[in-house]
This record gives sequence, structure tokens and C-alpha cells, in this order.
Amino acid sequence: MPDDQWLDRDAGPVVRPYALTGGRTRPRGESFDLLAVVGSAVDAKAIERMMLEPEQAQVLRSCRKPTSVADLASELDLPLGVVRIMLSDMRERGLITVGKPTRAGLTDPRVLKDVVDALRRL
Amino acid sequence: MLSAGYDDDRSDLSPVSIKILVAGGFGAGKTTMVSSVSEIRPLRTEEMLSEPSLLVDDLDGVESKTTTTVAMDFGRITVRDDLVVYLFGTPGQHRFWFMWDELALGALGAIVLADTRRLADSFPSVDYFERCGIPFVVAVNCFEGAQRFRPDSVRTALDLDAGVPVVLCDARHRPSCRDVLVTLVEYAIRLLNSADPVGAG
Repeated sequence: MPDDQWLDRDAGPVVRPYALTGGRTRPRGESFDLLAVVGSAVDAKAIERMMLEPEQAQVLRSCRKPTSVADLASELDLPLGVVRIMLSDMRERGLITVGKPTRAGLTDPRVLKDVVDALRRL
Repeated sequence: MLSAGYDDDRSDLSPVSIKILVAGGFGAGKTTMVSSVSEIRPLRTEEMLSEPSLLVDDLDGVESKTTTTVAMDFGRITVRDDLVVYLFGTPGQHRFWFMWDELALGALGAIVLADTRRLADSFPSVDYFERCGIPFVVAVNCFEGAQRFRPDSVRTALDLDAGVPVVLCDARHRPSCRDVLVTLVEYAIRLLNSADPVGAG
């Protein structure tokens, strides 16, 4: 597909998010799970000195406490695809760690009983 | 498993996440249910239109539009600091089916919301969860003005296995949605216990 097809006016809202990804629409390799857990690998004080994109700085601030990919996308109000590409770049630069989603609960009836108890209190 | 690679050293610090899907036909009440029971948040995904959907969708006049924005229902219930339940509404239209496999990966279970006026709309969801072996319950959303059906007749109409719970609910009411969630998680526990009678693993 020729490049100019990406630049018509219908593409409006798409341009800005994908500018963050250098125009890529897919992360390198496969993408992270929706509930993969992202943690900051950067000292909070260092963030301001690092000349990051505002969205990258926001990721680092948000995931000082480990945060899921879906939560980050929602907080940043960016499409999941864009966030995943940002995260794979940031991980490559050593800015964040990405852990597998912790699914221990799926096979542990005790955890699930805790969930039932908590739901009943809703 | 994923070539993206994961750093696992933090897993002990990470909250345990439980993923529950809310499925059903268009207009069955998925958004209402997710917002009734959880802190609902916006989540968008932009996807390339896949080949099959290019055939199905009427793209006249928008031939260059090859990505599409999908808004997903996304909610979270914080059980404890270290335990979070995530709810994802599965996009109902056929052209978004490609997203289901990702949503279903690692899901504890699913709620299939059924509208008795359009029961056939819930067939695809029921088929999907049966096929991939994800525990599901059928929640009949009792719309005003809709004829009430007994759960048993819904079970027969959907040709469900005997063990699959069928409950009536009102997606607008928090306690009702909470009860559906409890039914689902208890069902998942029962399946877990029956599959693993000695508690090994």
C-alpha cells in the first residue's frame, strides 16, 4: 500500500497515537498479554531528566506500582496496540520490566473462594 | 511462550489477576452489566481489518480505511491490594471475533448475557466457550416488557450441558450482577475440584 493512503483526512485521530510508535502498527515479536504486569525499572527522580515522550514518562509514573497493560492503556487513553508498541520499546531500553500475568488464582480454589467472599461484599 | 519475553523477577510483587469475560449479542446489556458491578474504564483498541471482515464490511468510499477502533467494556473490581478481578466485554459484532482468542486466553470464565427476545444472538458465545472449554454461565437479562422464561426453558433452547448454570438477572442492578459473578466463580471452583479430586498440582 502506498504511503499516501495513510495520510488522508479520515486517518486524523490515528496519526497522533501512531506517531508515538514511529508509524509501526505491530510490536516487535508477539505482543504482551492484556494483563501482563508492567513495572518501572527507573528511579522516580530520573524520569524528568530522561527526555522521554510525555506518554512514556506517564507510563513510568503509573507503573511505579506494578500495573497491567490494560490498565495502562486505559489510563493513557491510547489504543492498546499503540501502548503495546510503546511498552516493547521501553522494555528494550530497560525502562520497564514486564511480567507474565499472575494467574495462580485460576488453579487455586482458596484464591477463588477469596474472590467469592469479596464479591458477596460488593 | 511469547517471543516478546517476560521478566519474571517481579511476579511476587504483582497482584493476582482474575479475568472474566462478559459476552452476548449486541444490545444484550454487556456494558450495563460491567458498569453496574465494577469501576468501568475506557479501553480502546485499534486493529487492522482482517481479510474476512474486508469481505463482509461495506467499505465503499472508505477503501483506505484499514484500521478500525474498537471500544471495549473494561472494568475492574479490586478484591485486595494483591487480587484484582478484571471484566472484559467481548465485542459482539462478527468482525471483531479475532479479538476473542486473546480475551479468552487465561480467562477464569465467562458470563453469556442472553436476551430472551433474541436468544439466537447468544448461540455464537455459547458455542465459543464450549469449544474452548472456558467455564460459563448464562445470565438471562430480564428486560422490561420481555416475556419471562424459566431458566430451564432457556437451557433447553440453548441446548446447554446439564451442569451449566442458568440464572435470571437484571443487568442494571448491582446485587443481581454480583450474584451472577458469584455463580460463575463458584461454578469454576466446582469444575476445578471435580477435575482435580486429590488436590494435586
